[in-house]
Amino acid sequence: MQRRTRIHPTNRQTRRRHTRMLAAAATSAAMIVALGACSAGGSSGGAESRGDITIWYSNNENEVLWGKQMVEAWNAENPDEQVKAQEIPAGKSSEEVIGAAITAGNAPCLVFNTAPVAVPQFQKQGGLVDLSSFEDGDSYIQERTGDLADQYQSDDGKFYQMPWKSNPVMLFYNKDLFAAAGLDPENPALATHEEFTATARTLVASGAAEYAIYPSPTSQFFQSWFDFYPTYAAETDGTLFIEDGAATFNSDEGVEVGEFWKTLYAEGLAGKEQYQGDSFADGKAAMSSAGPWAVSVYKDAVNWGAVPFPTSTGVAPEEAYTFSDAKNVGLFTACENQATAWDVLKFATSEEQDGQLLELTGQMPLRTDLTGAYPDYFEANPAYEQFGDQASRTVEVPQVANSVAAWQAFRDAWTKSVITGEGDIADAFDAAAAKVDELIAQP
Amino acid sequence: MSTPTVSSGSVTPNPATGPARPGGGGPRRSVRRRWLGKNPLGLVLSAPYLAFVLLVFAYPLVFAFYMSFHDYFFAAPGAVVDRPFVGLANFQEVLSDPAIIRSFGNVGIFLLINVPLTVILSLVLATALNKVVHARTFLRVAFYVPYVTASVAVVGVWIFLFSGNGLVNQILGPLAPDPAWLINEQWAMPTIAIFVTWKGLGFFILLYLAALQNVSEELYEAAATDGAGKIRMFFSITVPGVRPATVLVLLLATVTGANLFTEPYLLTGGGGPNGASSSPVLLMYQRGIEQGAPDIAAAIGVILVIGVLILAFIQRKLAGGDDS
Repeated sequence: MQRRTRIHPTNRQTRRRHTRMLAAAATSAAMIVALGACSAGGSSGGAESRGDITIWYSNNENEVLWGKQMVEAWNAENPDEQVKAQEIPAGKSSEEVIGAAITAGNAPCLVFNTAPVAVPQFQKQGGLVDLSSFEDGDSYIQERTGDLADQYQSDDGKFYQMPWKSNPVMLFYNKDLFAAAGLDPENPALATHEEFTATARTLVASGAAEYAIYPSPTSQFFQSWFDFYPTYAAETDGTLFIEDGAATFNSDEGVEVGEFWKTLYAEGLAGKEQYQGDSFADGKAAMSSAGPWAVSVYKDAVNWGAVPFPTSTGVAPEEAYTFSDAKNVGLFTACENQATAWDVLKFATSEEQDGQLLELTGQMPLRTDLTGAYPDYFEANPAYEQFGDQASRTVEVPQVANSVAAWQAFRDAWTKSVITGEGDIADAFDAAAAKVDELIAQP
Repeated sequence: MSTPTVSSGSVTPNPATGPARPGGGGPRRSVRRRWLGKNPLGLVLSAPYLAFVLLVFAYPLVFAFYMSFHDYFFAAPGAVVDRPFVGLANFQEVLSDPAIIRSFGNVGIFLLINVPLTVILSLVLATALNKVVHARTFLRVAFYVPYVTASVAVVGVWIFLFSGNGLVNQILGPLAPDPAWLINEQWAMPTIAIFVTWKGLGFFILLYLAALQNVSEELYEAAATDGAGKIRMFFSITVPGVRPATVLVLLLATVTGANLFTEPYLLTGGGGPNGASSSPVLLMYQRGIEQGAPDIAAAIGVILVIGVLILAFIQRKLAGGDDS
């Protein structure tokens, strides 16, 4: 009988195989390191350095127009310090793209679309330049924006963002649907919670609209900026979400706002399901919360009017507060020519460029006495005048640590107690406030 | 065939490749061969894939483990930051957070519905498609289309179908759930599981169709001769015949299911209602990317990886993966 022989690799063969695997791994590792070296090209720039810079702006069509003309104007006057501009690369959100760019070290010098809620995180990442460190940093910002600028100071009292423009959120309403429901389209009864609810009931009961209002009911942290926060700002004459290191929304006023919205959801006056599209433009809802950016969007689609958000007792429009929905400008540490970037930033927020921004986008530059600074514009565009006036009475997302997590904690409580209507609002807000206090106390 | 022949206790070189040259090339060649093997070109050709595996899978996995044991956050290159070792603190935080625990429970419900449904439907449909004579290509393409269509587009259709006034509720009439499917705490996750099953079915059907080609027709003929019916043949020949494919389908369905993200992000608007459809990966995205806590996200990820490995091990044992 022939003996079957199994061929065992000898120790030497095994060693050789290991050696070859090691060699392959080493080759691969070398490639990875080379790739890594390519991606980690960012370096901390100098505050005094001058030269060419790169900037990003929003991909919004009107803002692209503004950005291009601004860059053209700067480049024409500064041949030695040219600005190269591009739209923010696509991503789930601008904040994610910017955060990734900071980590990779390839953030541009300036981003003209920096959300205030993300600034504390970018600051913690070491990605933002302290604008207060420029000789005229604080004075320039405060002179341009006035007292509203205080809301954009970080915990350490410094500015890591240039307050740029706001989109004060107001209640848009569809005049045709109001008329169809037998309501006065020129003077709608929307000043108090009670009036608003009664109007909403009439709109839905009459069949003029399926829903009175349809803010997005989804769970993303930022959705509360378009239902709760403007109503809360109006109700409290401008109280921030967090003040003096503690959540404020579990106050009586906060609970009152919650109860107001809960009624709308419980009675089917506000939509609870995610809507694919623009419910206001589609006529699915008779009202919508939006900023002045919506004026050009709804211009030909809806015969609209706009009023401030309601309060429990009613507040005169000229005294009403709302959420700013601001977008600011960040100067990033990866920038090599920070002196140039600071000059470009001042140029882009000059009176002339702010006027261009207003003209081309309809968004409100965060500048004192806006209506007084551009009287011709507001005279020619009366639809924007109330937004210009409203821009001086806005509240911002507080500049605290873990801001996004704090808003998510609130949103979770809101969706459960207000939209779904489960449990007691005061209890839910108290629990959320405790969580928010804990979050913002962390570094 | 130019293969070496194996005889008792020795390996005889193939004459076509010439006799071994003892000492040919000397020690230099021997050293080179030790380091680079017989075919250095193969090393070069395989290096990009190995680099890909190391870069895209191994390095992030190891780094995720590292992050999960540190107070870690992303920072700009050159920024001086403190990322101390925190032991199991991140895991403690994860395991004491009801929202995260719930997300693991949700994905458990998802897997309980999705995985068996995927295996059963894809096997049954593949078997049926294998027998179809007319419109075979059309039917195969029809099942495959949802798989290759972008989730964002398909999600839009499902929101339309399963909304309060959607087609499904109109057909069901008084039997429709209230609130509607996607905002109903009891129905949100099962709806997602059915959506994912439907969307991925085409791919798994293809796997089974390929496996079915290896099941011998003679077995069916012999069984028919012995008087076996269609159902008996399905369970006694088809099911055991495609066991290796079943193990693969189980594994793939579990791994992709455990990585559930797009559907709770888009279909139920961020894991709603009230976290009833949140998943661990959705929370990893929220904590790690949105909220700047990649250490917590990494800890969730590590627990998820361990959980999936355990599930895969159990499935392999139960489905007879060792035999396949």
